[in-house]
Parts: sequence; structure tokens; C-alpha cells
Amino acid sequence: MSAHADVRHAPGPVGGAFFTPGVKIVAVVAGIGALAIVYRLAFGLGAATNLNDGYPWGLWIAFDVVTGTALACGGYAMALLVYILNKGQYHPLVRPALLTSAFGYTIAGVSVVLDVGRYWLLWKVPLYFWHWNLNSVLLEVALCIMAYTMVLWIELSPAFFERGVTAETPWIRRVSERGLPFMKKALVWVIALGLLLPTMHQSSLGSLLLLAGPRLHELWNTPLLPLLFLVSCVGMGYAAVVMEGALASSVLKRRPEREMLAGLGQAILPVLGLYLVLRLGDLVWRGQLGALFAFDLYSVLSLIEIGLFIAAPLMLATERQRADMGNLFRAAMVLVLGGALYRFDVYLVAFNPGAHWSYFPSVGETLVTAGLVSLEVLGYVMIVKYFPILTGRAPEARAPILART
Amino acid sequence: MSWSARLHPITPSRPPTLALSRRDFVKVCTMAAAAVGMSSTAVAQVIETAATGARPSVIWLHFQECTGCTESLLRTSHPDVADVILDLISLDYHETLMAAAGHQAEKSLQDAMAANAGKYVLVVEGAIPTKENGIYCQIGGRTAIEMLEDVAAKAGAIISIGSCASWGGIPSADPNPTGATGVSTVLGKTVVTIPGCPANPYNFLGVVLQYATFGTLPALDDLGRPLFAYGRTIHEHCPRRAHFDAGRFANKFGDEGHRLGYCLYKLGCKGPQTHANCSVMHFCEVIDAWPIGLGSPCFGCTEEKLAFRVPAFQTIDIERPTPPDTYPPIYAEQGGVSPVATGVAGIIGGALVGAGYVASKKIGAADADRPSDDRPAS
Repeated sequence: MSAHADVRHAPGPVGGAFFTPGVKIVAVVAGIGALAIVYRLAFGLGAATNLNDGYPWGLWIAFDVVTGTALACGGYAMALLVYILNKGQYHPLVRPALLTSAFGYTIAGVSVVLDVGRYWLLWKVPLYFWHWNLNSVLLEVALCIMAYTMVLWIELSPAFFERGVTAETPWIRRVSERGLPFMKKALVWVIALGLLLPTMHQSSLGSLLLLAGPRLHELWNTPLLPLLFLVSCVGMGYAAVVMEGALASSVLKRRPEREMLAGLGQAILPVLGLYLVLRLGDLVWRGQLGALFAFDLYSVLSLIEIGLFIAAPLMLATERQRADMGNLFRAAMVLVLGGALYRFDVYLVAFNPGAHWSYFPSVGETLVTAGLVSLEVLGYVMIVKYFPILTGRAPEARAPILART
Repeated sequence: MSWSARLHPITPSRPPTLALSRRDFVKVCTMAAAAVGMSSTAVAQVIETAATGARPSVIWLHFQECTGCTESLLRTSHPDVADVILDLISLDYHETLMAAAGHQAEKSLQDAMAANAGKYVLVVEGAIPTKENGIYCQIGGRTAIEMLEDVAAKAGAIISIGSCASWGGIPSADPNPTGATGVSTVLGKTVVTIPGCPANPYNFLGVVLQYATFGTLPALDDLGRPLFAYGRTIHEHCPRRAHFDAGRFANKFGDEGHRLGYCLYKLGCKGPQTHANCSVMHFCEVIDAWPIGLGSPCFGCTEEKLAFRVPAFQTIDIERPTPPDTYPPIYAEQGGVSPVATGVAGIIGGALVGAGYVASKKIGAADADRPSDDRPAS
């Protein structure tokens, strides 16, 4: 990990005032979302959501959990790149990716709590293990996501300890001084877990809808569903890291890690290639090309979704395209939209519980989701301002708190 | 007087050993009162009135008929009920049942009329012939028309029982040689009409008991029929209605559908146009003792336009077809899309995409303006 020696890539707190005008706007959205959450917790799912017996999963699952954790696969995707493919030069991107992942998964967990009707009994799930249904995919997803959320915060803990060793409060300093060397030794195991868990539950998110059987439309109903979810989440993870890196450098006025982000843009290509081969090959293999070009609702949504997945690599094809930060950002956005649409399609559009059922998220659901995402942004901004997450020097360069070896 | 009555005069005898228990008495009273649709407190009053012996005086005239209505009144499932009926009403003159004959019988009629003038209930059973001044039915030298007008003049209430007395019934069937017609036509006024061939005795008893207890008569339809019994068609409450709705029909007598108890409509059942309560109040306290219950199509005996007019096996139109030929949806619509929710989602989604595009422009512009020394050394 020679890249660490370059002091330019050592992470440091961004600093500066927290309540910028942008943060204030986001805080208002988060506040409205908090009110919607209070309403949901007080009056129940029936009052706050459009969920029904036909569509017991709505926006909170399709977006916050399924799409949200796929976007939060940045940490997983970067760990694959850095630790499995041994591309150590990308290490500076791992920490910000882990931070967005940790927030994404935490938000997903909060959404699940909100989505469970009798949320006050949820604490029993991890404890009453002798009641577990070990054949349940949902149990696996639930436990995996819970475990991985903890793993993510543990993976991120060195950033907090590095800040803690300079703290003025003695006990924080003491804990940090002991925690840092411990984490350095333990991190390899945590990282291993962090690679295993997402592989398990990101594919299981696909398996969940495979269990719907004939209720899932033929265009998406394939035994490859878990693999397609897994492959696309890796691509979306890279795209999320690219977007986050570009956006953070732009908003926080820092020098972007342009060559790394461009490299990630290149890394997306084989992933998307594999995804497209699987997706289109599966449609051909199952003889669904006719359905793909039937130009009904399902066909049009599939075509848009596949079109986005084709457009993204086309926008990243040449080195020149990838060097253009604006284009790189747009390509990542297209990929994120495609991945999100794929997940919405599978979870809400392709899933047909029978005649007479319909679902569209209520205002309350939308406000909760918007509020949670805003909360995530607020948390991200707060942490990068006070803890060593981002690399690259700001215009008024601050010295890194602890140079890594 | 009908010939059978003259040959076999019957005296209503009540051996003491067969005296009815109070329980059975109350049961019969309750059924009769319930048939009229009385409330439970009214039923108690009826029972009280009947038990204390303040029985309504009834004068029963027979004209052109078969005595079937009297038979149905007496041939209840167990003989004691007939006695109860005779307990409930004071049958002061009944040509079939009384022991008297000849001038003695005529005298008893005059006595009964004088004793209860303005209070007695006149029950007419049988059609009244009107052709040739009504000479086709005479008793003691008087025509049916004369007798009817005489007795009706002093009656407190007039009931025509059975289809014959109601509008002419079977004696009035084409070509109607005697000009037979019903009581209300002869008297020129509305009377309580209890059609049926025979009429259900409980509908009759209910009317009489209501009159005896409260001095009132039940609400009638435009043909003089009590609404409590004739307000609905047989079809509306038919136990085979589910088969009709499902399209399961007996197509001929003895076929599989007929044996399985399917709807008899295609065999000419007149239930869809016949107003009567036979489908809910069977005869003689025997379950399914009514035509459709026995596998025979209803022949419309309570309807002047059907019975003895329309051939028994000819199908008829459905009156008030319910339910309509479309069913309401079995599932209620669940969920929905509110315009506000769509708008909010659209605004947020659009704002995100728009903000993303603007950000990409900014990032691109900032990147293009970067100082050259900041470029990565490749």
C-alpha cells in the first residue's frame, strides 16, 4: 500500500462551519421527514403509508433498503478492488466509501424498523435465535444487514480513534489510544467479514423476489436474479463512490482524486459488461425477447433500465471520457438510475400480487425517505468535517492528524 | 253448502285426553302472530287475548270451491293444532264443520249475525257466480250474491280466503261458464284477500288474531293482499335461488338437475312473478311442504294473472330481476395513487436528477478551470 506514503492522499478532517446554507435546506427536509416518522410510529402503517396486503413492501423497502444498500455497496466494491484485486492505490477512496456505506446501511436498518408493523417487538429478532426460521431468506437478509452495518462502523472506527487521540477529554483519548492499535490488528478479520456479508445479502435481496414465483413478471423472473442483483450492486457501488467523490470535492472545495475516480470509471466497465451479458443472455435464453419488445409497461421499463445500463459504459468507454469529471459524474448518475430502476422494477413493478391491488407511495412514505436521505447527507457532512475521512488537500491545506504508514 | 259437508257433517270434538299443553298453544299463537310480523310484545298480547277466551266471532261462508282452504286449516301436522285453531276463534257458522243442517243451520247464521253485529269476521271461501243472476250457487233458495251481501253488511271485517274467493280461482278459468268472480268484485270494495290454492292457514290466523287483539287489519297491497305475506315474490326467498343465480336448472322432470334440487324455472316455475310467503312459511308445519320444496314448479296460485291462466309448464319473465346480470366485484380495490403523492414524488425525483445534472456541469466546469500544476502526473 505504497500510496499511503504519499502525504497528499492521507485523510484529514475538512473543517469549517457546519451550518452552511445547503446544510440548512437539507436539515429542513430531514426535519419534515422526522415529523413524518413520528406520525408513522404513533399512528401506524395503515395511517401513514399506502402499503396493503397485496403490496406489503413499498418505497421504504424498494428504495431505502434495496436501492439504498446497493448504493451503499461502495464500501464493499472498494474492498473488493483494494483487498481482493490488490489495487492498493485506491485505498484513499475506501474510507469515504465506507462512510457512505455505513450511513446507507444504517438508513436501511431504520427503514426496516419503520416498515415493521409492530416495531416495538423487533428487538427480539436477534436475541430469540431458537425461534429463527433457518430456511427464511428474509432472516438471512435481516441478520446480514444488521451484522454488516456493525461491521461497517467498526471498519470506520480507526477514523474516529485517529481523531480521538487528539481529543481533550482524557477518557476519549485513552480509549482511542488503545483502540487504534487493536483495530489495526483486527481490521483484516473485519474486512473479511465486510466482504462476505454483502455478497450474501445483496444476492439474497434478489432471492427474496425469486420466492414470489409466478407473481414476478417474466422479464425479471429468472434464477439469475440473485447474481444480477450482486453484479449490479458492485457497479452501483463504484458509481456511488465516483459520485460521492466528485460531489464532495466540488461541494467541500477539495481537490478531487481525479485519477482514482477515472480508474473506478474503468473498473465499472467489466462489471457492467458482465451484468449486460447476464441480463440480455438470460432474456434470450428464456425466450423473453418478444416480451422485451412488446412495448407494454413492463417492456418499456425494461428497455429504459437496460438502456441506462448500456449508456453508462458508452459514456465511460474512452480514457478521454473518463478524464472529464463532469462526464464521469453523469455516467455514474446514469448507472445509479439504471440500478435503482432495476430494483424498483423487480420489487414494485414486476411484482403483481393479483388483480385489484395497486400501490404508490403515500406522501408520508416519500417524506420519510427524503428525510432519511437528508439525514444521511447531514451525518456525512458532519463526520467529514470533524473526522479524517476525505483525502486530498483543501485550498487551505490542513496537516493530516495521523500519517498512516 | 258443499256436498261433502252435507254427507259427512263433522262436529269439532275435543276429547279431554288430547287437550293441548300451554306450550303448544303458545307456539301456534306465536307462529300465527309472527306470520303477520307482530313484535314480541304484541305476540304476548295475542296469546293473552286468545287464552282469556275473548275469541273473535267468525262466520264462514262457502261458495264455489273445493273446501281445500278449510282442509289446510284443519289438516295440520298433528290434530291438536286444529283444535287450537278452533280455540282461537269462535267459529259460529261454518258450513263444513257445523253439526246443524237445513233450517236449523240458517237460523244459527242469523243468530250469529245478530249476536255480534258489526264485530264478527266474515270469511268467504269460494268464488261467487254472477252469470244468470248467480243461480249457479244457491243455499236455502238464496244465491251466493244475496248471502254475501247480506252477511257482509253487518261484518266488522271481511276476509276472502283462497284464490276462488279472491278473484274467482279455478271456477273462473276459461271459459268461466258461471261468471265466477271474487268477493271484492261483488261487494265493490277492498277486502282482506288471502289468495292461495290453498291459502296458508297461518296468514289467515295472523290476520284474525290481529283483528281480535287490536281491532286493526294488516297493511294491504293494491290487490287487497296483506303485505306481510304477499309483499315479496317466491323467487326472492326461494331456497333454490342459489341454483338460479348459478345457472343450474332442472331441464325436465326426473333429470339429474331435478333430482339434485336445481332451480325449476325452466320447468315453468311461476315463482319469479308470484307474490307469496310459501318459500319461507311452509304448509302444515312440515319442512318443504310446498310445491317447490317437493320438486314441483310454483304454479302461481296467488296471482290472478297466472294461476289457471298461464299453462303450468310455460316459462314466464322474471319480475324485478335481482341481482342484475353483472355482479359487483368480489374484491374491493386496494391501494391507490393520490395526485399529491405523485406530485411530491415527482418533485423530489425531478429535483434530484436536476441537481445531479447541474452538479455534473459544475464539476466539469471546475475541472476544466483547474490550474495545470494540479493535474496528476501520469
